[in-house]
Amino acid sequence: MPLEFEQPILELEARIRELRDYAEAGGVDLSDEIGLLEQKLERLQRETFANLTRWQRVQLARAPGRPTTLDVVERVFDDFIELHGDRAFADDPAIVAGLARFRGRSVVVVGHQKGKTTKENIHRNFGMPHPEGYRKAMRMMDMADRFGFPLISLIDTPGAYPGVSAEERGQAWVIAQSIQRMGRLRVPALAIILGEGGSGGALAIGVGNRVLIMENAWYSVISPESCAAILWRDAAQAEQAAEALRLTAHDLKELGVVDRVVPEPGGGAHRNPEGAMDALAEALAKELAELEPLSPEELLADRYRRFREMGAVEIV
Amino acid sequence: MALDRLFRRRRTRGGGRDVPELWLKCPSCEAQIYKKDLEADLMVCPECGHHFRLGVEERVRQLADEGSFEPTTGAVRPTDPLRFTDTEPYTERLARYQQETGRPDAIYGGTCTVGGVPTLLLAMDYAFAGGSMGSVVGEEIARGAELAAEEGRALVIVAASGGARMQEAALSLMQMAKTTMALDRLWEKRLPYVSILTDPTTGGVTASFAALADVILAEPGALIGFAGPRVIKQTIRQDLPEGFQRSEFLLRHGMLDRVVERRELRATLAHVLRLLHPEGGASDAARV
Ligand SMILES: [Zn+2]
Repeated sequence: MPLEFEQPILELEARIRELRDYAEAGGVDLSDEIGLLEQKLERLQRETFANLTRWQRVQLARAPGRPTTLDVVERVFDDFIELHGDRAFADDPAIVAGLARFRGRSVVVVGHQKGKTTKENIHRNFGMPHPEGYRKAMRMMDMADRFGFPLISLIDTPGAYPGVSAEERGQAWVIAQSIQRMGRLRVPALAIILGEGGSGGALAIGVGNRVLIMENAWYSVISPESCAAILWRDAAQAEQAAEALRLTAHDLKELGVVDRVVPEPGGGAHRNPEGAMDALAEALAKELAELEPLSPEELLADRYRRFREMGAVEIV
Repeated sequence: MALDRLFRRRRTRGGGRDVPELWLKCPSCEAQIYKKDLEADLMVCPECGHHFRLGVEERVRQLADEGSFEPTTGAVRPTDPLRFTDTEPYTERLARYQQETGRPDAIYGGTCTVGGVPTLLLAMDYAFAGGSMGSVVGEEIARGAELAAEEGRALVIVAASGGARMQEAALSLMQMAKTTMALDRLWEKRLPYVSILTDPTTGGVTASFAALADVILAEPGALIGFAGPRVIKQTIRQDLPEGFQRSEFLLRHGMLDRVVERRELRATLAHVLRLLHPEGGASDAARV
């Protein structure tokens, strides 16, 4: 299902394809017409994406076809091996974790995982972890410290799962512990918001020395729908809530919540996931190269400074 | 979601506050209680033991050794970094809460002793925007942890909060990391941190500093959790089990050290602090 604002772009693309097929089949030269339409397409795409509302970005962040953690693991890293389980209760499919190589060095990867089909999404609980997911993440943080490998976390969740079982097993407790554990890492930690960065369930693996965000991802304390339901008493006001929350990549860069916005190819990452992931790989390599010379103490101090400065207050 | 309730109540409540209410109805057993009696019982219902919500100054009075308290909060004030407006501009909400409570934001505290142990005591104010954590609450907690570490004090935080403050969006989310990481200043010096969970403690407050104490105490019957009950009910489309997310439920599931009645709270807190604090042995002598 294409997004509403993508419709004119998709229609124009279809027309160009038609003309091309027609020209090929009939042996006629339509290159001038096609050229003009292609220019028009490029302009339309540029204009559409330059003027996206915040709510449209939220829709892009959720668009099917966007790279997920397992896609990134496949394209950006080599030799990935997935590791399972929290060693206490269960394996949570909403979080995947494992070891891999990134441009020659071993790294630990952990990330939220959404499905691509309804069936997969049910299996992955729509990327909403239970406590065992965060315990698995913490296990991976221990491993990163033990072997001195960088930790790379990929964030893509509407939020931690709000359910009876999750509460019984201490959802709040494990999120707090995961934030604390990640803050204590003695190795470089990079967090990337791939799609949705929903609240504490996202932050639990978001305590990086550097925090990156894909251009069309969002990150906030609450989803626009839930925010609208509470403050406007009407979930249908999500569009307004998205504006008020200032939850886009560029907003967050301005607020100092993220350090770098990773550009997505024209049309968004879901239309060109490979292009988006290649841009992410470049950004990762640059950030990692800057962190690797730092000592464990410097990394700890750097991370503390980064989060200690967050917020906006006035001292009188 | 507790925020939600608070906003609704405030909106529908009329004036007439100048008339002191002499009688209060217990929300749990519906008994009519004479207010003076309730106050004498530390705001605990004499009929059913229901713990009423406490104001922050009263909370400090109940926990700190008499005459020992010196406030340290108040200099940090909120701003409106997002120029946030929902049905009302954030600045106007803030101004109203500031006027009602006489404080800049949802936290109050300072230095004191508890059972003779030097302590930095902070209490979250549910009456101010549902005790929600924005930049000011985060900053005061981080400063509190740093000051406690610097002066060799124990840290005690009384939580009462609906969670993170939506009007500060991602910046309020970041306070979860900021407060959590600031606690490590105490770890380095072997100084104790005790968290007291009161009704209600939910969302980003539970999922950060409140859950990370050396010892976690809770008042009886307090709503404590990550997601609010309404959200959970919507998600699972089933009724919630009896007593779900109440202190006793959390104790049973291993999330708390003890559920403590308000009249025992000061003594229990002092007991724990004396055993944990490096100078606690010295204050044994001063014990009453
Ligand atoms: Zn009662």
